[in-house]
Amino acid sequence: MNVLVCIKRVPDVGAKITLTPDAQDLDTHLLGFTVSPHEECAIEEAVRIVELRGGTVSVLTLGPPDAAEQLRDAAAIGAGRLLLLETDGREWGPMATAGAIVEAVRSYESTSGPYELILFGNEAADTGDYQVAVRVAHALNRPCVTGVKHLQISEATLRARREFRGGDEYFELALPAVVSVKEGINLPRYPSLPGRMRAKKAVIEQTTPEWQKDPVHKQALRDPIVERQRAEILGEGVEAVPALLGLLEQLGVFS
Amino acid sequence: MTVLCLVEHEASEAIDASLRALSFARALGEQSGDLLVAALVGEISAPTLEVLGAFGVSEAYGIESEELDSYAPLGWARAIVGLASSLPAAVVVAAGTDRGNEVMAHTGALTGLAMVANCLSASRSGETTVRLSRQRWGGILIEDAVVESSPALLTVAFDAVVPEPARMPASTEVRVHRPLLSEQDLSVKVSEWTQQSTGISLAEARVVVGGGRGVGSAEGFGPIDELAGLLGAAVGVSRAVTSAGWRSHNQQVGQTGTRISPELYIACGISGASQHLAGCQSAKHVVAINTDPDAPIISRADHAVIGDLSVIVPALVKAIRERGSTLADP
Repeated sequence: MNVLVCIKRVPDVGAKITLTPDAQDLDTHLLGFTVSPHEECAIEEAVRIVELRGGTVSVLTLGPPDAAEQLRDAAAIGAGRLLLLETDGREWGPMATAGAIVEAVRSYESTSGPYELILFGNEAADTGDYQVAVRVAHALNRPCVTGVKHLQISEATLRARREFRGGDEYFELALPAVVSVKEGINLPRYPSLPGRMRAKKAVIEQTTPEWQKDPVHKQALRDPIVERQRAEILGEGVEAVPALLGLLEQLGVFS
Repeated sequence: MTVLCLVEHEASEAIDASLRALSFARALGEQSGDLLVAALVGEISAPTLEVLGAFGVSEAYGIESEELDSYAPLGWARAIVGLASSLPAAVVVAAGTDRGNEVMAHTGALTGLAMVANCLSASRSGETTVRLSRQRWGGILIEDAVVESSPALLTVAFDAVVPEPARMPASTEVRVHRPLLSEQDLSVKVSEWTQQSTGISLAEARVVVGGGRGVGSAEGFGPIDELAGLLGAAVGVSRAVTSAGWRSHNQQVGQTGTRISPELYIACGISGASQHLAGCQSAKHVVAINTDPDAPIISRADHAVIGDLSVIVPALVKAIRERGSTLADP
């Protein structure tokens, strides 16, 4: 079965986020790039499905030329086909992103046959729009479920499990289908050395979709905590335990 | 015009996240003089109706359809689309829960309208313009934005918005909306539901004891678990811990794990990466135990103890036990 995974290149933010002077974006000078943990899991899930059932894993990203790095990372753990929808660095909104993905899927499916399953991460790490998977599913007229933490594929259907208020709920979908997954669905593997070597030589198929204006216009980004205050230090080592116990009492933890 | 708010309810009660969404929706409507209208799938119980009134809801629509006895994301969205156009609604709001985000995404896809997730505040400026603030990077950053859409579809970052009843309670008129649903609208629905017995829920715990990379190993969690047991707390962990396989992902606190909002969060051996801070930003009081006085968590915490958690946590456990025996034996 052929599985497509859609991912997004985002800065690998550590502890401190610095904005550009015009407050339009993150200052990424000192940052590496990655994909959301949800998307790492989506790639891993696709590779496992194909290991079990045969077929190929394709990975698609819409992003700048540098996003090839994230495609190669996916190839290193087993993605066979890499698709780059190249942008000129402008930000794409979720509606336009979904539109470009749909167009690419239609084009690839017309030559290479259908993707029985299209996987997304539940939400991108940066924008957190929670909707590209659903919009793609609608446009392709395929069933969709989001936030999935366990997937079981059979011949013509899939069974998806997700968390719901302290329990689990299950959905049965006919294939082909669109699913967004959450971290925790699996524990992604590390790439092997041969995998990395293969990824270096992997071919990236590239198209250039046309940028579309989004109805949501960003004015500026800001850091919600204006002044970060340091904690009051209760002490060092075990000598601080009486003060810590006193604090817990004061906070009413034992009442 | 109206502001329409999707309210999720369970066991005859509106869920907390939806009360927060209602507070957001009311504040949004008040500024432009829009009536607050609620939509609930199923029958509206008397206790729920009372709460809706307290939160300033003028009209409450029960979306009634036997076919929606099981949650069906597209079916819910179809009902919301029908109701929003008949009112008509200038803005449609839902809590940023899994279901809220999913239903609003479907609503956006059905209508071709924009959907903006995890908003913090919003106000209308003109017929089709909404100014809003929303979370980016799981809430580590805030974006101020303008959306041109009628109606605008918004979900609410419920862990960052306070549930506030209206100054003047409203008398809520109850109405029924019967949606026209196609077979396709119901093709994806919940087929089965199971309740887990997980003890104290991490998302709702009043006290959370957190362990990070500094715990060192799966076995290192012994004292953390013991402390949590003594405090009636849930255990939360950082992504480093689940990636190492020391603990399962359902205990992960963070942007891609569980978002917590306890009264007290005791973060042990957690450095405080953005990914983690996004999940605990709503904690009222944070105490950090860390060897590094310059760790980012120290900037987020209210109190800190500098030192090795593998010594400090067992000593704290011992002190709490001794305190207990002193109290029991005056």
